Amino acid sequence: MPWSKMDTQRNELNQFNSRLWWSLLLIVLVFSGLVARLVYLQIWQYDHYVTESDDNRQQLQAVAPTRGLIYDTNGALLAGNRASHNLTLVPERLPGGRKGVDAALADLAQVVTVDADDIKRFKRRMNQPRRPYSPVALKFQLNETEIAQITVNQYRFPGVRIVPELVRYYPLDEGFVHALGYVGRINDRELANLDATNYSATHHVGKLGVERFYESELHGTVGHQTVETNARGRVLQVLDRLEPGPGKDLTLFLDVQLQQQAAQLLQGKRGAIVAIDPKTGGVLAMASAPSYGANQFVTGISRANYEALRESDDLPLFNRALRGRYPPASTVKPVISLAGIDSGMIARNYSIWDPGFYQLTEGGRLYRDWKEGGHGQVNMHKSIVESVDTFYYAISHIMGNEPMTNYLAKFGLGQVTIADQPEATKAVLPTKQWKRIKRNASWFPGDSLNMGIGQGFLSATPTQLATMAMVLANKGEWHQIRMIKAIDDEAVTKVSDVGRKDPAQPANVSLKRPSDWNKIHAAMVDVMHGKKGTGRRSGANSSYKMAGKTGTAQVLGIKQDSTYDAAQIAERFRDHGLYIGWAPAKDPVIAIAVIIENGGGGSSAAAPLARKMFDARMLSLDSTLPTGVKDDG
Amino acid sequence: MADFQRLAPEARKHLRQGPGVWVRLKLDPWLLILLLAIMSFGLIVLYSGSGASEAAVQKQLVRYGVALLGMVIITQINLRLVQRWMPLLYVGGLLLLLAVLLFGVGAKGAQRWLSIPGLPRFQPSEIMKLVVPLTVAWYLASRPRPPHLTHVVVTMLLVALPVLLIAKQPDLGTSLLIGSSGIFVIFFAGLLWRYVVAAMVLGAAALPLLWMGMRPYQQQRVITFLDPESDPLGAGWNIIQSKIAIGSGGVDGKGWLQGTQSHLDFLPETHTDFIIAVLAEEFGLVGVCALLSLYFLVLIRGLIIAGHAAHPFDRMLAASLTLTFFVYVVVNIGMVSGVLPVVGVPLPLVSYGGTSAVTLMASLGLLMSIHARRPQRT
Repeated sequence: MPWSKMDTQRNELNQFNSRLWWSLLLIVLVFSGLVARLVYLQIWQYDHYVTESDDNRQQLQAVAPTRGLIYDTNGALLAGNRASHNLTLVPERLPGGRKGVDAALADLAQVVTVDADDIKRFKRRMNQPRRPYSPVALKFQLNETEIAQITVNQYRFPGVRIVPELVRYYPLDEGFVHALGYVGRINDRELANLDATNYSATHHVGKLGVERFYESELHGTVGHQTVETNARGRVLQVLDRLEPGPGKDLTLFLDVQLQQQAAQLLQGKRGAIVAIDPKTGGVLAMASAPSYGANQFVTGISRANYEALRESDDLPLFNRALRGRYPPASTVKPVISLAGIDSGMIARNYSIWDPGFYQLTEGGRLYRDWKEGGHGQVNMHKSIVESVDTFYYAISHIMGNEPMTNYLAKFGLGQVTIADQPEATKAVLPTKQWKRIKRNASWFPGDSLNMGIGQGFLSATPTQLATMAMVLANKGEWHQIRMIKAIDDEAVTKVSDVGRKDPAQPANVSLKRPSDWNKIHAAMVDVMHGKKGTGRRSGANSSYKMAGKTGTAQVLGIKQDSTYDAAQIAERFRDHGLYIGWAPAKDPVIAIAVIIENGGGGSSAAAPLARKMFDARMLSLDSTLPTGVKDDG
Repeated sequence: MADFQRLAPEARKHLRQGPGVWVRLKLDPWLLILLLAIMSFGLIVLYSGSGASEAAVQKQLVRYGVALLGMVIITQINLRLVQRWMPLLYVGGLLLLLAVLLFGVGAKGAQRWLSIPGLPRFQPSEIMKLVVPLTVAWYLASRPRPPHLTHVVVTMLLVALPVLLIAKQPDLGTSLLIGSSGIFVIFFAGLLWRYVVAAMVLGAAALPLLWMGMRPYQQQRVITFLDPESDPLGAGWNIIQSKIAIGSGGVDGKGWLQGTQSHLDFLPETHTDFIIAVLAEEFGLVGVCALLSLYFLVLIRGLIIAGHAAHPFDRMLAASLTLTFFVYVVVNIGMVSGVLPVVGVPLPLVSYGGTSAVTLMASLGLLMSIHARRPQRT
């Protein structure tokens, strides 16, 4: 060994060996340090890091319940759900994070068209308070091509995902929106009022109509699932799942055939048709025209389209059936007659000579009848059949405001009696007090005259007029007016069955002499079938009898001594045509109100439509009967 | 030295009774078995870390084969011969480094590779990992030890030149490894303790200067290291996620291929620099300690070889290479476990990649060569 050779060499060797020992010491110390660090991380901090690791990969996700379906009375689907593929971005996961949004949008634009509106709404949603790492929708309802384009290029877009979602779909769309309402994306204001937990996965809420009223039944209860995701937020597997409770299905009284018929009849017109089943109070059809597509509101209507709807002079967004306040005109005459005879203020055989006008005082203002020259001697029956205004000027002059108001209220005017259409309005049933407050004037005899022919301050919605027709048809018997027939196959007779507040409903109308109903009915049948009945052309050639009353509401005040020429007046100033009625005359199955704005007279504009509705109803009932025809298929 | 020999009596016995094939091949069975054990363990972890990619494992196996072959060849080289050609090797290495700066190719803003037609692409800095300690050992072997201050200064320059050139690429990890390998030689040449201490003080004082000399991305790494939460989704992500991976592994781990951090892509670089986190997550503290024990045995073996070596050049070189290997392990595990800033240092013989494996095996080959030519005691 060389260590024995020289002292210096031996010194050097000793020194080198001591350096080796020092190195060994260093190695042992540092390795111990590393082990200590690992012990600290893996034993001491184990629980902490296991939690962190689970938090990384596991996410508790809310699972939206499936919204309940809406069926018509025969089980036809009115509102369903369909898969919609939404393009979403998780801003936190974009390259460059939230700051990289613009770059990511620009990249995406090369693959899929995203319009400025989408981007604007996306940014608004992104900047709303929201859970970090939650996807923000950019575009809804992607089509097949777009889905393919994005999927193929997925690798280029970290943080971009296509998320399927079940959204509301209205297979019959336009004709039904005013009856059903629609769902739309939850907005800030709604978000504040909704149960945050139950709606944590829900993006839509009922905005209008039945969808809004039965929101709590339709929505269901939220479910939860724990999912394992990778670092890019992609769900790899579901670890644990609590199924959501699906929403309840609604069955409405609405009849698809009647509703479609109504919508078709109103095509190209402005107006409304409301049909009610007199036996139940269920709404068979509720149409308002012009209408609009409900499906576009589900996925988010574009600003331009919405502006167009909102700015349209024809007010397509306006639900005339529930909110249109029209002078009921002559359609109130049967009730005014009843008010007169039942209150005892007018004799049952009361009659007048009609010269074609009525004057409160000798030489005073002329209250004209619609027929120049008058109807001659007029009793109550004739006054209804031929719709003689002067008769009503006379009896309302005698009665004054009070009995008319009382009896109109018994038939549902001036109040909301439809139970499950939150947008319904009560219109105006003017009392003396109402006039004092609203107009700061006392009730004049002339006000009574106008009210007697359904004009002046009096107004009613088509739904109210259909209700009035129902109560007349039922000889005073009331039912709750409602859309709902059953929830999850449980019949609903009143909305209080499902925990809602029933609207105040007038008591059944009982007349002092019940035979008076027959008088009114007889007159209203003659309106449709009598030789001089105003609706005789619509009542002709039918296999069943019907009862009704036409009405023509003046839009423009007619000057004294001037004659009225509809053709010369601008379309917007033409009369509204109205009609109420039911069929068959005995044991009715449909009560109806029809209003055609600026359509001219009720007998020409509204009554023919009602007749078609009657026919459709009779046919619809017929076809539901178990006949032999069905069996041979 | 006698003490060191006593540390491994088994080895001595084995060598005496050995069939002679190891001696003829000049291989050290102890080192060979240890590094094969590490490689096998590494391949198991790599399979998981690469996302169960058989291709990656096969590729790595091929690289190991090439590296082992390289090691056997290096082992055959007589270091006396190398010593003679050292100045030329050093100058050649420096020229290659300059070439990298001028014509090099690379990615992510770093220029580390040299592409010479007819040769596979390679990193000259990897060659310098061997050349620098060799050069310093060559220089100091022919000078009095402990080295005089002037010689120390010259040595420092010899080290500083390649280190600066590599830092300029920039490759902080490699320049750190090379710098320390040179300094270790000086340390083993018997540099007086007072100089060692003074150097440490000076080094600490120079830290601000070092900071100013750093590229922004390097500064960012240090900031991130000091406060990973400052940018949890950006630069801090790696450290946070690797700590979670290690910590959630616990004592016995989540099981092979069961690591959620690595398999769900929360962990970055799972098959390269951060592979130890995969190991820690799936095999727990037990697994990491097993690997650390293997490394520890390699280091012990390296120190024993250094202790046996007679020639000063061999001694200094063996000890320096051993400690450089140690730095590899410590810097990598330290950075992944969050006690050191993130610098690109792979885990020796485990991380995926060919170059570092080749260089590491070459240095182990040098160790074996030294050991094979140690003075025989009979």
